[in-house]
Amino acid sequence: MISYALRRVLSAIPIALIAVTVCFFILRLAPGGPFDGERALPPNVMANLRAYYNLDQSLPMQYLIYVWRLLHGDLGPSMVIDGFRVSDLIRIGFPFTLTMAMSAFVVATAIGIVAGMIAAVNQNKWPDYVLVLVVMIGVVVPNFLSAALLQLVFGVYLKWLPAGGWVNGSLTHLVLPVTVLAWPHAARISRLMRGSMIEVLGTNYVRTARSKGLGERLVLARHAIKPALIPVVSYLGPGLSYLLTGSLVVEQVFGLPGIGKYFITAALNRDYGIVLGTTILYMFIILALNLLVDMLYAWLDPKVRYR
Amino acid sequence: MTDTVLSIEDLSVTFDLHQSEVHAVRELNFSLQAGETMAVVGESGSGKSQAFLSIMGLLAKNGRASGRAMLGDLNLVGMDKNRLDQVRGKDIAMIFQDPMTSLNPSLRLKTQLSEVLVKHQGFDKGKAIRHAVEMLERVGIPEPGKRANAYPHELSGGMRQRVMIAMALLCQPKILIADEPTTALDVTVQAQMLDLFKTLTEDFGTALVLITHDLGVVAGVADRMMVMYGGRCVEKGRTDELFYDPRHPYTLGLLHSTPHIAHRAARLDPIQGLPPSLEHLPKGCSFHPRCAFCFDRCLEERPPLAPVEGGREKACFYEGPMTYEAVA
Amino acid sequence: MAGITGKDAILTDYANKLEKLDAPKGRSLTQDAMRRLLRNKAAMVSIILVVLIVLAAIIGPYFVPWGYAEVDWTSIRKPPDLSKGHVFGTDQNGRDMLARVLQGTQMSLIVAGVATVVSVVIGVVYGAVAGYFGGKVDAVMMRFVDIMYALPYILFVIILVVIFGRNPVLLFVGIGCLEWLTMARIVRGQTLTLKEREFVEAARAGGAKPFTIILRHIVPNLTGPVVIYATLTVPEIIITESFLSYLGLGVQEPQTSLGTLISFGAPVAEVLPWMLLAPAGVLVTLLLCLTYIGDGLRDALDPKDR
Repeated sequence: MISYALRRVLSAIPIALIAVTVCFFILRLAPGGPFDGERALPPNVMANLRAYYNLDQSLPMQYLIYVWRLLHGDLGPSMVIDGFRVSDLIRIGFPFTLTMAMSAFVVATAIGIVAGMIAAVNQNKWPDYVLVLVVMIGVVVPNFLSAALLQLVFGVYLKWLPAGGWVNGSLTHLVLPVTVLAWPHAARISRLMRGSMIEVLGTNYVRTARSKGLGERLVLARHAIKPALIPVVSYLGPGLSYLLTGSLVVEQVFGLPGIGKYFITAALNRDYGIVLGTTILYMFIILALNLLVDMLYAWLDPKVRYR
Repeated sequence: MTDTVLSIEDLSVTFDLHQSEVHAVRELNFSLQAGETMAVVGESGSGKSQAFLSIMGLLAKNGRASGRAMLGDLNLVGMDKNRLDQVRGKDIAMIFQDPMTSLNPSLRLKTQLSEVLVKHQGFDKGKAIRHAVEMLERVGIPEPGKRANAYPHELSGGMRQRVMIAMALLCQPKILIADEPTTALDVTVQAQMLDLFKTLTEDFGTALVLITHDLGVVAGVADRMMVMYGGRCVEKGRTDELFYDPRHPYTLGLLHSTPHIAHRAARLDPIQGLPPSLEHLPKGCSFHPRCAFCFDRCLEERPPLAPVEGGREKACFYEGPMTYEAVA
Repeated sequence: MAGITGKDAILTDYANKLEKLDAPKGRSLTQDAMRRLLRNKAAMVSIILVVLIVLAAIIGPYFVPWGYAEVDWTSIRKPPDLSKGHVFGTDQNGRDMLARVLQGTQMSLIVAGVATVVSVVIGVVYGAVAGYFGGKVDAVMMRFVDIMYALPYILFVIILVVIFGRNPVLLFVGIGCLEWLTMARIVRGQTLTLKEREFVEAARAGGAKPFTIILRHIVPNLTGPVVIYATLTVPEIIITESFLSYLGLGVQEPQTSLGTLISFGAPVAEVLPWMLLAPAGVLVTLLLCLTYIGDGLRDALDPKDR
């Protein structure tokens, strides 16, 4: 297990490096820049700016400088806001984004797994039908739309919950955003869980377990859940990265102070520094998540470890 | 050999399909004596597996069973699942055809073995595992203590079937049902496995039901056999008598299509035609379209299972000499 | 770079199933699959609805009395009113909502179509080349796909916005360039098995060039996966588009799209609910139907059932 983990970690390093390279060059080669404002800057100011951001160096040199700084944990400066660095943005916005994404992740994964199991055990009975409908809505309705509808119903008409905004430490302000974020994730998890659970319940080894007289509850708990979780686990990595990136939208819609707000503003202002730094940060997170999921996978399916 | 451990009365199994229903097993009757070995023989689709799955309460969701399956004074058919769980695995155990998929791939062998003892004998986990390891040794698994920690995929097919046997015998059940236990294995392993069955069931005094389509398997092992066709029993009796003097054309056909046993025939004669679809069983005797001895009565009337001399039973109207030479 | 609808998880499952089989047979749109699709009521209803929506989006604007940018000064912020011909009401500028929804649907469908075609073409070519040449070429090409999977989709889409600015068609060609990963993986797997088949060997023995073989013999056998992939990609792009437009990064005024309409409708939904409900209804219907069609096609073409 440990050597498997080590191999996985080592194989992730070149992927990360290549991904950084791809991001860097795509953004640098893009037309236009942060300094192409409405009004042209005086040449000497422009030259100073370019020197400050190393833009006067050759492209390979810029790349090497960037990677060197990255290795020291520096994701680079903003090119629009003076003295603001990606690390500042992370300090301000990331805890919030992470809290929201993680709470949505935990809630949605738990709900999704349980719901999928209930649907599978009651296949083609009413709990299954109700669930399939709720799932379908979750899969199909995009989050900005469900956000708008929920804001309208619970925030405006019923006035049960705040429709948006943020008051520090207020949980009620988080209910709607987390719901919006969690719903599609829970829906997909339960869909996967339902499918794999139905398949597992029909396998020979579950029949063996039943023939041993273990009782249905033990059969489910010990024999069915673990193998049924395998496809769910393989979705957790991509799922969490959907949640992290999806929270950008939800933050924007609900006016919440996470990374999303800054990122979208930065994109609109062509602040390449912020865009590049944030993208690379997310990429690292996604790679790390995939590694984590691989480990979980190896635990669930012992065969994987020997590959 | 007079103690009846299981007696089946009028057992029928029906599956509901979308618009129709299929009768997989019809009015099956037999009894199983303590310690004996009975073979149930038939082609695939003859209902032999479904009959015993229904006794174990393992039918697919759309299946239902009627009739009675008396284990002592308990009727297993239609029994409450909780009550049934106190019996299956303990008094009556089953081994399945495919050892590759019948063990849970994500659990260690010791877990899968010991849980039976924890459930039925109330052992604590440590004791249950010790017993499980002993049982693994008995079924001929080398280094049982080490293997108990393995996952199923680390074992060969033959080894896995040994584990299945060990698992089924942990509680020393009165009855062991083995559904095609050797079909998926190499021929060399098959023989070892049959020996193992014989020794262990004798040691534990367990009655063995051997479900198979392979008469070669039956020959050395079974005391009695029952031949099934189209969901019904067509002939039953002592194995040696059925082998040397088959009274049903289907039994004869099976014997002639099996190498080694068909020593009396000059060549192998596979039974003509295909097994019937259970949805469209022919009128009259369901075997008549494939039968070399069929006459007009067989087309209209279904022969009942009736006693012949020597405690045997058969379901056939034909009374003449039963050899292919007679027809050819 | 997994997309935003989780279709990759579904498709990967399907792809794995395809790869496990030795020879891909009957996986094109055979009569058998058609019959199964016809029996699937949800999918059939969905197909009819989608066809109706597409037709309405294309020819509808010619039958609506108002243009999508035309202002009716006599009815501003009015609820649906049949007598004036404003079936879905009007917006704050007195523009007919039906005309706008039709135009928005058209725009959403166009960009989705463009991006899907681009992604399918790239995916098929890339996957077929990797699978056909195999060996090191394959290893390097698929490694690149693995790396691309690690990139955050939405962030990359936004980078594209930064690059392509406000040209919606170019932008969605760009998005199509991000979407082909799963398609490439499916096609590669299929090609690996197809290239061992007799007809490909015969073509090779006959001296056909690799690209001729790929185009003539391999690509036509990929109908099944391509159709499923396309039906699942179209809704994904529609969502991406509407999400970008919702953030103000996509289609710009006076042109409109379903996402733009929803983003204008949402803030005023309390007083002018029809401005949100009309585009939202069309969007959800479209997405729901496309999902059902994708599911239906997958079941109909499921290699396990034959």
